[in-house]
Amino acid sequence: MHTKTIKQLAEGLRAGTFSSVELTQHFLTRIEKFHALNAFITVTQEHALTAAKQADKRLAEGNAPLLTGIPFAHKDIFCTHGIKTSCGSKMLDNFIAPYNATVVDKLHHAGAVMLGKLNMDEFAMGSSNENSFYGAAHNPWHENVVPGGSSGGSAAAVAAGLAVCATGTDTGGSIRQPAAFCGITGLKPSYGRVSRYGMIAYASSLDQGGPMARSAEDAAILLQAMAGFDEKDSTSINEPVPDYSRHLTESLQGLKIGLPKEFFQHGLNSQIAQDIDNALNEYRKLGATIIELSMPTLTMAIPAYYVLASAECSSNLSRYDGVRFGHRCEHPADLTDLYLRSRAEGFGSEVKRRILMGTYALSAGYYDAYYLKAQKIRRLISDDFQHALTQVDVIMSPVTPSHAFTLGEKTADPVHMYLEDLYTIAINLAGLPAMSIPIGLSADTPEAPKLPVGLQLIGAYFSEAKLLNIAHAYQQVTNWHQLIPTGFE
Amino acid sequence: MLLTTNDVKKIAYLARLGIEDHDLEAFTHDLSNMLNLMTQMNSINTDEVEPMAHPLPQSQRLRADNVTETNQREHFQHLAPHVEDGVYLVPKVIE
Repeated sequence: MHTKTIKQLAEGLRAGTFSSVELTQHFLTRIEKFHALNAFITVTQEHALTAAKQADKRLAEGNAPLLTGIPFAHKDIFCTHGIKTSCGSKMLDNFIAPYNATVVDKLHHAGAVMLGKLNMDEFAMGSSNENSFYGAAHNPWHENVVPGGSSGGSAAAVAAGLAVCATGTDTGGSIRQPAAFCGITGLKPSYGRVSRYGMIAYASSLDQGGPMARSAEDAAILLQAMAGFDEKDSTSINEPVPDYSRHLTESLQGLKIGLPKEFFQHGLNSQIAQDIDNALNEYRKLGATIIELSMPTLTMAIPAYYVLASAECSSNLSRYDGVRFGHRCEHPADLTDLYLRSRAEGFGSEVKRRILMGTYALSAGYYDAYYLKAQKIRRLISDDFQHALTQVDVIMSPVTPSHAFTLGEKTADPVHMYLEDLYTIAINLAGLPAMSIPIGLSADTPEAPKLPVGLQLIGAYFSEAKLLNIAHAYQQVTNWHQLIPTGFE
Repeated sequence: MLLTTNDVKKIAYLARLGIEDHDLEAFTHDLSNMLNLMTQMNSINTDEVEPMAHPLPQSQRLRADNVTETNQREHFQHLAPHVEDGVYLVPKVIE
């Protein structure tokens, strides 16, 4: 049951082949069996079975939405009323959210059955899931390999068949990079498409929630339930949500694909470059033409991103002060001591580095040199994308410079880890939608395990339907998205 | 290194973030490397460029000035480490 698509499961539920309770129990059993993956921070077994019973009732009554009775899981960044919402941090280890995120409410109303809360890098800061207070999740393709981050638990759970699909969030690549590392399909929507209300903030001008699933078809269904205007989010966009599933099967004849040459230079693994060539050939066969682009400011995305994201992080995370909720140190001597020690004890090293970096970039005398400069570069990058997207329908690129790396390989040098985000962060700066779809597996050698490869699709604002269409067309003629890691069949 | 341990102590205090003395060297080293990466931005001329704070060029949405939230003080204070008679307790600030 864990290899079926949402549509197949929905049909099975409606035909009475299995009930949502049986389906939910199947996934709960798998979660228990593959506990060592550490994909979940919290498993909400009772909650899930109650929701499944309600779903079965709703299905019996007829007219239930498509996601009714489908087991999925939330990244632990989305507030869930009455359920621990840790954001991967010791700071919020004792935090039982007092309200639901809009995305949580929406999926609940759609009838989806929440299995639990997924592992992630602390406050979504990381590219390997190793910054989680609860320990790293493991990649189902190899236990010694990272699943990527920050939505590493989401990617691992979906790839391992512990949930049909999952929510993720993406500030600099946190949906796309783990999707690529675990061989699943992930979509970061346009900024403002999915409500950020109740999604714990890291860098508010960059954060965006989105679907992680086993195919573009499933991602379209999940995005449909997540997207839409929300008056509780001041940056939510009041644009109609198209029917994402309806556009999936449109022809790609005449599609213009742009390749920014800056994304195919030194540093890109040669096997990944080859896999991308192969995928582009499939697109040619589907009727697409390839156009080379030059977007010179892309190379400045990493420094600009880490200034802006750190600055917004230092401001957003100032709310964790040990007074109203979250971790508080024992026996504070005075108020300053309470702040200093509660924050020192509650935050991990990477979060501390970014708070310090952001505080520095925003401090008197440095604001113009770092923060303002980065905002100007953000403009140039955004203009570069806008210009490129007048020439082509979609931009394609690698998602990551290399395959998933081994646990511990990059933790010693934070800057080394940041370079992992080379191909994904510029898209967040521009606020555009982008996807990662699986397009290959690395060669199986005694030294290195077989690991998935992702292709990034980048579109214009609110072109999610087009991206899903482009991804779906590829998934109709290839089967990379259907591969299942050994041991999880 | 672009920063000294004293710089980092100062920044940490501004952020109200306690840093143990034995961690100062490592943070100074990492933050200097991060700053080094960021100075790459200087290789691009941005003199005439308008800074971009937000991905979408939209103004702040306004709403009617009506009360929309209900009082949930007790509900929210359940989460607090220390409350008494409806107020959050912290160490004495004024003697």
